[in-house]
Amino acid sequence: MSIGLGHYLALAGVLFVIGAIGFLTRRNVLVNLMSIELMLNAANVTLVAFNRWHPNDHTGQVFAFFVIAVAAAEAAVGLAIVLSLYRLRKTVLTDRANELKH
Amino acid sequence: MTEEVVLFWACASLALLSAIATVASRSAIRAAVALLAHIISLAGLYLTLAAEMLAVVQLLVYAGAVVVLFVFVIMLIGPSASPPRESASVVSRTLAALLVASTGVVLVPVLWRVGAAAPEIVRCAPSEVGCTQFGSIEGLATGLFGPALVPFELSSALLLVAIVGAIAVARGRHGASEKKGAESPGSPDGGAGRGASHATGHGAAGHAGGGHG
Repeated sequence: MSIGLGHYLALAGVLFVIGAIGFLTRRNVLVNLMSIELMLNAANVTLVAFNRWHPNDHTGQVFAFFVIAVAAAEAAVGLAIVLSLYRLRKTVLTDRANELKH
Repeated sequence: MTEEVVLFWACASLALLSAIATVASRSAIRAAVALLAHIISLAGLYLTLAAEMLAVVQLLVYAGAVVVLFVFVIMLIGPSASPPRESASVVSRTLAALLVASTGVVLVPVLWRVGAAAPEIVRCAPSEVGCTQFGSIEGLATGLFGPALVPFELSSALLLVAIVGAIAVARGRHGASEKKGAESPGSPDGGAGRGASHATGHGAAGHAGGGHG
């Protein structure tokens, strides 16, 4: 049995949904950031898989490269915000970050 | 061909399991280690997709930088990085259930049947000069430094801005007040006293907010 493009796309879809579920149902902001990384990685899998089935140029891999760069920048800034939130409220629960609400 | 199939199934199952572990584990450090396993298995998947350079970049950037950054922050925050109790609202639970249902019913069964085997890739002999193989360093570089040169240079600016922004946000008010305090002893009543009272006022406001929450 050979591996088709659909296998990669289905796997990436399931991984993306796992990340989305983690982002929606967890209240720990660290786990939320990790879920965002899961979703970005799932998108990368689809880009690289499509590029493998159209190997005339490297557009998909270049896109995945940029996604990795943006994800690294996003993780750095996001974790700085987490540290700032922790310094302010002594918690990492997103439910407690409600200063604009009251 | 058959070892690629074996590698795909091994990496795909490991990626699925570690993604579930990342999302489901109570402790933040266990989630970070599961994320590390996920990233390594995705690098294996990139190898099955003939993206060798991208697999190395994935390991360097994600496993070497991002996960280490996560672990550093978890270490800085300490035990309260894994709070014992957290509850999701009904809305987000419903949305998550809808996502699972729509993916399971629609997306996966349709996508599973798509496509045939991958087209063959022209393999270069090691001695052959001027032949760029798909997915190699040269191959990725021809795409990266050719049509994508301007975005590549812009991404360096993005990373620099992200570094400066992360330092500015993470250092916060604490570093600024320390700097003021270090400068102040020469002047009897300058901006330093005002800065200190400003800081304490903010602290009190923060405490009051904490009491409300």
